[in-house]
Amino acid sequence: MFQQLNCWNKHSAAMKMTSIDRLLLLLMGVLAGYQVAVGINGLGTVPITTYTIGFGALLVAGLLIIILGFEVLDSPIVVIVSTVIPLSISLGLVWEHLASYRTPYLLFTIIGFLAVIFTRSIPIKNRVRVPTIIIAVVHGIAGMTIFLLPSILAANGTMKPAFALVGLGGAMIGLGGLLLSFLKAGKPIVPRETILKILPGLLMLMTACFVAGFKLG
Amino acid sequence: MTTAQSFIVDRKSKFAQFWTLIKPLQTGLLLATGVAGYMSAHGTVDIPLLLVMSVSLFLSISGSTIMNMWHDHDIDAKMKRTQKRPAASGELTRAEVFNVGMAVTILGVGWAVAIDPLYGLVVFAGWFFDVVVYTLWLKRRTCWSILWGGISGAMPILAGRVLAVGGIEIIGLLLAGAVLFWIPTHTLTFSIKFFDDYNAAGVPTFPSTYGFDTTRAVIALSSIIAAACIGVAGVMIGVQAGILRLLVVLSSGLLLLSFATVFRPSERVNFSLFKYASLYMLISMILLSI
Repeated sequence: MFQQLNCWNKHSAAMKMTSIDRLLLLLMGVLAGYQVAVGINGLGTVPITTYTIGFGALLVAGLLIIILGFEVLDSPIVVIVSTVIPLSISLGLVWEHLASYRTPYLLFTIIGFLAVIFTRSIPIKNRVRVPTIIIAVVHGIAGMTIFLLPSILAANGTMKPAFALVGLGGAMIGLGGLLLSFLKAGKPIVPRETILKILPGLLMLMTACFVAGFKLG
Repeated sequence: MTTAQSFIVDRKSKFAQFWTLIKPLQTGLLLATGVAGYMSAHGTVDIPLLLVMSVSLFLSISGSTIMNMWHDHDIDAKMKRTQKRPAASGELTRAEVFNVGMAVTILGVGWAVAIDPLYGLVVFAGWFFDVVVYTLWLKRRTCWSILWGGISGAMPILAGRVLAVGGIEIIGLLLAGAVLFWIPTHTLTFSIKFFDDYNAAGVPTFPSTYGFDTTRAVIALSSIIAAACIGVAGVMIGVQAGILRLLVVLSSGLLLLSFATVFRPSERVNFSLFKYASLYMLISMILLSI
């Protein structure tokens, strides 16, 4: 969801971060750090690696937002980081729970990630639309995987009901992305300032859902 | 106001001035590295020993910082960033600063020697490198003085480790190396940010001697070495796999910002690296202690 923030970075720069925002982001960092250090112990090598990348990116992103304020969202690397998080978490989920889709999803992850970097790095004829379409497709598939897979596994009894919290975390990423997409289209559902106000809380809740879902599910 | 009240207010004000002289945040961070050095042995923690170690280390680090302020009052007075420091602004006399600095030093280093001679020697080495080699001898002559300042800054973690394991060993040296190579990330970033200030004071820095590009490359290289030292030390200490993963994640953030300073230099990236490096060191120290 971070990538949409790029288009209104000037507004984000003007938005001052409050102590509550910092506290929420710190909590998010602590939760993400816990997930990396403790929450994924006992899993296979690939899921451990992918979750470490996903939650590690969340942790570092949280620390940088605390240090630099919302201005950090101006950075072009935010697009890359925001792609890494859903891709790596969704790959971990697929690797753990959908063994037959491991190879195709791994290929999708690699190709999707390279496509995002490629379309952002080199000049393309239709500069505005192609990178946006690529990001929408990559984020869309990864986001739906994080939302649907845990929800289905919890609903059909394969996993404990609490595992649905991981899906809820995925839904929050999706919700944030949707709100920001409307902003990018110039038809904001809620004002920009409101989005930035809820962003730290949304990120913290999202991480809390992931951590709780993995722990209790 | 009665004479007694006036005396108390005056004492409080003096205490506040001396408190700023010890650079509480920097001293606190160095003290944290000392505690981490001790805890990294993962043996039975002797709480009273840890407490007296912390106090002796705090006093020794504070003593060296005060002596630095005493000697560099003229430089500090020329730099916007530091001209309000009590020794530079004249709020405290040079004699006051010197006397308190030496008293705190003797108390801290003396206490350290009394706790354990080898530990005391390492603590004294930290003070000596900072005050004599870095401040008195090299700071106004060469930009390479920061190397000695870095060695001095690496002594608290080595001292803590020495007190815990009873000698100087490879892990202690690696931990010291991590701090030694973290310090350029911190100080060189600072010298870029306050380039004009240092120039005005006539203090040679890496940016003024070798230029910004070289300085940024040195920052990136030293960050890589610092992260590698912490990683190898973590493995040799035998920290849990999860802690190691967390160290790798945090080190990646440090490396990312270091490379950003080289390939996408800006004041903001510079500042973020400066801040992140401090946070990184503090969190790494906590993780190595667990």
